[in-house]
Amino acid sequence: MDKKFNEGAWAEPGTSVKNKTGSWRTFKPIVTDRCVGCGTCTKFCPEGAIKIVEKNGKKKAEINYDYCKGCLICLKECPFKAIEKEVEK
Amino acid sequence: MKKLLSFGTRSCAGCPASLAVRRILEAVGDNVIVVNGTSCLEVTTTQYPLSSWNVPYIHTAFECTGAVASGVESALKKMGKDTHVVAIAGDGGTFDIGLQSLSGMIDRGHNVLYICYDNECYANTGLQRSSATPYGAATTTSPPGKFSIGNKTFKKPIVQMLAAQKVPYVATASLAYPDDLERKVKKALTIKGPKFIHILAPCPISWRFDSSETIRVARLAVETGMWILCEIENGKIKINVTPSERKPVKDYLSLQGRFKHLKDEDIKKIQEKVDDDWKAYKKY
Amino acid sequence: MKKVIEGSHAVAEAVRLCAPKVIAAYPITPQTHIVERLSKMVADGELDSEFLCVESEHSAMSACIGAQATGVRTYTATASQGLILMHEMLHVASGMRLPIVMNVANRSVSSPLSIWNDWLDAMAVRNSGWVQLFVESSQEALDTTIQAYKIAETIHLPVMVCIDGFYLSHTYEPVDIPDTVAGYLGDYKPKVVLDPKNPITQGMMAGPKAFQEFKEQQHRALLSAKDVIKNENSEFNKKFSRIYGDGLVETYNMESADYAIISMGSVCGTIKHILDEKKISDIGLIRIKTYRPFPNKEIIDLTKNLKALGVLEKDISFGIGGALWADVKTFVDKPVSNFIGGLGGRDIQIEDIVKIFETIRKEEENIHWVGSQLKK
Repeated sequence: MDKKFNEGAWAEPGTSVKNKTGSWRTFKPIVTDRCVGCGTCTKFCPEGAIKIVEKNGKKKAEINYDYCKGCLICLKECPFKAIEKEVEK
Repeated sequence: MKKLLSFGTRSCAGCPASLAVRRILEAVGDNVIVVNGTSCLEVTTTQYPLSSWNVPYIHTAFECTGAVASGVESALKKMGKDTHVVAIAGDGGTFDIGLQSLSGMIDRGHNVLYICYDNECYANTGLQRSSATPYGAATTTSPPGKFSIGNKTFKKPIVQMLAAQKVPYVATASLAYPDDLERKVKKALTIKGPKFIHILAPCPISWRFDSSETIRVARLAVETGMWILCEIENGKIKINVTPSERKPVKDYLSLQGRFKHLKDEDIKKIQEKVDDDWKAYKKY
Repeated sequence: MKKVIEGSHAVAEAVRLCAPKVIAAYPITPQTHIVERLSKMVADGELDSEFLCVESEHSAMSACIGAQATGVRTYTATASQGLILMHEMLHVASGMRLPIVMNVANRSVSSPLSIWNDWLDAMAVRNSGWVQLFVESSQEALDTTIQAYKIAETIHLPVMVCIDGFYLSHTYEPVDIPDTVAGYLGDYKPKVVLDPKNPITQGMMAGPKAFQEFKEQQHRALLSAKDVIKNENSEFNKKFSRIYGDGLVETYNMESADYAIISMGSVCGTIKHILDEKKISDIGLIRIKTYRPFPNKEIIDLTKNLKALGVLEKDISFGIGGALWADVKTFVDKPVSNFIGGLGGRDIQIEDIVKIFETIRKEEENIHWVGSQLKK
């Protein structure tokens, strides 16, 4: 039984996390202090790469740069214009 | 909370299909079997040996999403399990090649939620024309030219067709209204029998706009009336968002490169169709 | 219980005994009586199954794939155009290693349209990775359909049991129907299923670095079916006292033969009858029951001391000759004449077979169209 080739080509769940799509970025979205943690960006991120975290009693969006592809939907949709972009180094 | 669609999908930046699936699974939960037809979604989430799915998932071929979902649902029925069956396919796999098996699934009354994410072309194979491609749109097999305006036909009215086949619940959704989409998915799952949700999925590559504009385009579709957000339950239609004053379709069309070749008379034709559709919906 | 019943109904009894939970079928002559009988069994509560009247054969196989992948035994039947319409899904079922069992009531393939028997349908899909078994009688059809589930679930590949359309499906023969298959065929116990408790992904895409190995696995699995088929042939015999050759091939009148005629299916009954009636001793019959995987070792063994062979088949692989003849020729280094006959349901008469025997004895190698009305 060849473990590398599951007969019938089936796969274990969620294994695509090995694919670090953050390397695709041209532009990097940066969450500024204007963010109030409303969560709008979390509803629109196609990668699910933004979550709202609480730091020092304040809610703020946090981007997972391992997987953010830099589409900048979050920047466009933020009602508070709290996300800016910079060129990926 | 575990992500039901994990990171690392191979979809393009700004992809509406990925976003749609995240919202759908958020509403469905993990007690589900996903049946998927060949599509961008399938090839970007299941490249052996890496899978993005944290729910049970099956893909077989292009035209049989409805039939495979029928088989899954029948098996679950016999096994006495109450797992939801959610079938997901693109517009090509629903309007065209998949229409027969969808119609059969509906006819037999299977308890399946069928969701079509519509990027108005065969995106997976290189952006070719489907019967969901709107009038005047440029695609790789309906290019504009000296003798062509681009796509010559208006979108197949899938929602009306399925409502006529007496699908208990038919709804349209837009990614710019995520709470509305999630509500509709949750509602559909409480209804027994076949359900259909049609999601507009603006594709940055095919429709030719910047990847950051996906949601803006999805919102303008509704605000111009080109996409009507509605639910049809047992023949009764409810329009969810009626813009007090519809923005001119030009606002929506001008954002997208696939329409940039259109002349004023073409845009006028599109505006007239939208106006007529709204009149018809109001009567319905 | 012994009954004189239609071949289709004998097959339906076999399916009832194996208790698939989902049956998805689309009607096509001459398979219709199988699925009609099954739907009546379901309606009367004799068979506890979901019977899906699907909208095409493609959907029939698709629904079976969905149900089998979820974890239940399934069944479908088809013929001719239907088998070809579902061809795409035959490859999917095999590639996904789903042990689906299907009967094919062999019928010709358009164009021109023909509803009558030949093997053009089964031959057209012989590369789809399914086990293909051909039976001679209604009893064998019933017995082999039961064995098919055991074979399929052992090797994790789908199995099609081919019965000659009309000749077997619509004729009445005395058949012994087992009371139960308990003790021979147990419940379906799959390992890889669609289940939220263990959410695996099935039916993936595989790139150039991964794809080939899956096909090699399928090929190995199909080859491994030979021993499994032989084993099931003898296990079935222990329980039900009926055996068909060694499961792969059956021989008749080969004891002092210098020549052999190779064929499959119901026409072998006619051949056996002629060999007996005319008291022929120099020609014997090799009936191939298992066409895929091809029983090359058995054919080589059985023919090694023969002078020449003839292959009688109801199909043509355009541009080369008969498909069965080409397969035999791959392994046998002797003159093998090819007899293409019975296409579109044309009767193969006793005189035809007598002529075939005479031609085999000439030890040449040519393709002959039996009873052709065309000028040479």
